[in-house]
Amino acid sequence: MTQRVRFYQTGTFTVGNRLLDETSRTVQATQDRSNSLTSGHRACQGCGEALGARYAVDAAMRAAGNRLVAVNATGCLEVFSTPYPETSWQMPWLHSLFGNAPAVASGVAAALRAKGRNDVRVIAQGGDGGTVDIGFGCLSGMFERNDDVLYICYDNEAYMNTGVQRSGSTPPAARTATTPALGEQPGNVFGQGKNAPLIAMAHNIPYVATASVADLHDLEAKVTKAMGIPGARYIHIHVPCPLGWGSAPADTIKLARAAVESGLFPLFEAEHGEVTDVTRIRRRMPVEAYLQPQRRFAHLFRKPGDPDTVAAIQRIADRNIEKFGLLDGEDG
Amino acid sequence: MFQIRIHGRGGQGVVTAAEVLSVAAFIEGMHAQAFPSFGSERMGAPVTAFCRIDEREIRLREPVNEPDALIIQDPTLLHQVDLFSGLDTRGYLLINTRRKYSELGIDDFVKQFPPHHVCTSPATELALKHVGRPLPNAALIGSFAAVSYRLKLDSVLAAIRQKFPGEVGERNAAAAAEAYDSIRTN
Amino acid sequence: MLKQVEGSHAVAEAIALCRPEVICAYPITPQTHIVERLSEIARSGTLGNCQYVNVESEFAAMSVAIGASAAGARSYTATSSQGLLFMAEAVYNAAGLGLPIVMTVGNRAIGAPINIWNDHSDSMALANAGWIQLFAESNQEAADLHIQAFRLAEQLSVPVMVCVDGFILTHAYERVDVPDQKSVDAYLPPFEPVQLLDPDEPISIGAMVGPEAFSEVRYLAHHKQMQAIDVIPSLADAFAETFGRRSGGLIEEYRTDGAETVIVALGSVIGTIKDVVDEMRDAGVAAGAVKIVSFRPFPLAALRAALERAKRVVVLEKDLALGLGGIAASNVRMALRGLPVPVYTIIAGLGGRAITKASLHKALAEAHGDTIEDPLFLDLDWQIVDHELAREREKRRSGPVAENILRELGLVGGKLR
Repeated sequence: MTQRVRFYQTGTFTVGNRLLDETSRTVQATQDRSNSLTSGHRACQGCGEALGARYAVDAAMRAAGNRLVAVNATGCLEVFSTPYPETSWQMPWLHSLFGNAPAVASGVAAALRAKGRNDVRVIAQGGDGGTVDIGFGCLSGMFERNDDVLYICYDNEAYMNTGVQRSGSTPPAARTATTPALGEQPGNVFGQGKNAPLIAMAHNIPYVATASVADLHDLEAKVTKAMGIPGARYIHIHVPCPLGWGSAPADTIKLARAAVESGLFPLFEAEHGEVTDVTRIRRRMPVEAYLQPQRRFAHLFRKPGDPDTVAAIQRIADRNIEKFGLLDGEDG
Repeated sequence: MFQIRIHGRGGQGVVTAAEVLSVAAFIEGMHAQAFPSFGSERMGAPVTAFCRIDEREIRLREPVNEPDALIIQDPTLLHQVDLFSGLDTRGYLLINTRRKYSELGIDDFVKQFPPHHVCTSPATELALKHVGRPLPNAALIGSFAAVSYRLKLDSVLAAIRQKFPGEVGERNAAAAAEAYDSIRTN
Repeated sequence: MLKQVEGSHAVAEAIALCRPEVICAYPITPQTHIVERLSEIARSGTLGNCQYVNVESEFAAMSVAIGASAAGARSYTATSSQGLLFMAEAVYNAAGLGLPIVMTVGNRAIGAPINIWNDHSDSMALANAGWIQLFAESNQEAADLHIQAFRLAEQLSVPVMVCVDGFILTHAYERVDVPDQKSVDAYLPPFEPVQLLDPDEPISIGAMVGPEAFSEVRYLAHHKQMQAIDVIPSLADAFAETFGRRSGGLIEEYRTDGAETVIVALGSVIGTIKDVVDEMRDAGVAAGAVKIVSFRPFPLAALRAALERAKRVVVLEKDLALGLGGIAASNVRMALRGLPVPVYTIIAGLGGRAITKASLHKALAEAHGDTIEDPLFLDLDWQIVDHELAREREKRRSGPVAENILRELGLVGGKLR
């Protein structure tokens, strides 16, 4: 199978959006974008979540004709976007609790249906903590009912807003405030964790996808595609957090790309429980390229180093590559 | 106020019996309150239900401790549960059985009551005959109406038909009617 | 229309008459018959576009109601006991967001030990969450209060909890006058939200409020509840005008004129108490009763006016603040502060224990003679209690008290001795 060549985003200087065909440009490149998450929010420099949310929500707004309601779980996005009395949301937006965003969104969708408002759609958003941990029961309920909600999870792999504590999405060996780099298995232990996209697929919902801020075109395309499908949909976006990961703010996209190109964060789409498309790795990287720039993995590289753990992480990447066919070559 | 207590086992329609009695009383323009003693719902476990009938609004919310009438849907409870607690000897006693009081071991007990206040009724057999299921409640309600003179047969039948629509209601009504008639004609 | 109907069904029909737009509920004894009946009604087509959502937990139930209400839909849910606690965070959230959700609480005891029978511990646990709390005496009042609740909630933008005694009311068949649609429509206009999630006028709801503004926000919520003190009676009056019967209000006085001993209670037990008061009066004892309908806001002024001339007040309540005593009694004492009227507490009916006229007569006679124990635990089996206390003094064994008691009685298998 052939795969369309994608331009790397190296900023707006070179290829960028200006030289692209209009139809290939991102929503963000257009002047009439809704700018739903407008400037003035208090996100950290280099915040992957702010970047991802801006792209995802504007794409959803574009697809919904700007008739969209957002429900947000407690977390970084909610906190930095609504520093009372200001808000940076230019769309109807509701924050209720940490663990109930999927259920609240189901409620909004039900209300709109009750009122015959077929023109207005609903998205729900939350971080990994609010999605895979405390919100998981509600998420599963929303999936099981096939409520017409697109749920977007911004996964920075820990409870960042409260001080970088481990979540069910924290990768093995990662240092967090509650999985310190101490003891026999420094950092988060191996053998734990949830794969939310796979679990979403197991619910047989109409659309599941993973995305990354490394490929913003792809992210927007997936959101747009999801908005064209009725029922329960789930997009899981990998978003580096410079503060929590201990990485340079300027490295956010580079690290996101390394996660994808090493195989640690596979990009794929699925419909009704079956994988329908994957993004193949263009230029494979070893996991070290991803791990080393992050201080949360520093204990693996400080003298004398921990090659065994790094190898174990490499094996995870290898398994992903095999499972999703991320390096499968073109047909003859 | 007239207070009825019904004893049986889960699955025999004890609670429904109390409800139907209350509906019958309602049809006659009375106030009525029906409720079960609450326990885990389980087939075969002892169940008690209550019905109060009065001309005025019923405000009382306690179980019926001193029934004016006792209906026993399942005689196997007789020596297991204190069924007769609080029953005055001027009250009414109605037992679902084909057996004689002596066979049930309550001969002496029954003698304390006025003879026309105590009655047995082959309610399960009537139910099997008319409805095809061993649910004795409708027949017992018919018997109760006959023995106590507290409810008219027509009210009872209307209540049964309201609770069980269609064919099922008709058959239960038939069982109740036969139970009523057999007592009144004796 | 007069019907002989199960309490839960009367409540369901009253809800249906209020034209709900989103109904969401998770089953829990003893509320199940309400939501089951509502699911039938919703499918019958008589509720138009009403959405009935089967949710995965009580927490989800209240959360769905929050989303629905914020999007402008008239929303309803129901729960009891453990379920109310499970949704506790969302209950506070709904009040804080000013969403006019109406919820039935089928009052049931809270575990451990697990208990499915009636008492008021659940409502009491969430009494300070910012919801209006109304208690029904009968199934007629239960049905009527829900209709008033929607109007009250929407007028004030405060959610309302209607408390209906589990089993005792929910599962009792009694006569209820179920109103007609036309009268309900006349009394309850369509929901016009104060704030709304609408793409045409986007707003952000639910921001974090820091120390610089939180106190003011909280005070304003308190102020709204205090406003309800006036609104509740006026809505009850309007109800009486439309439907021709009195239901609701803040309190109801029963034979309090010249009463020396006045019993105060919430919920269905007031019915039994009224019978007892009549019998006491027949015997020449100047007794009276006050039913509290609105527990939140707590009608301090109305209660004071009703009770200040009594020689003594007896609060009978189905809840217990472990380590303190009566909860309702404490609230009543606040209404009487500064007055030399003793307030006795009777703790009764916990976990569904029947409250009988006989026991009440005995206790109230003691109260009338000022010899009543305070608090009095009505019909407590002191033999079991004393035996367990004696055993505990001898030998320390950790574990649940209930099982320990049963173990002593030989009813729970343990090690063979």
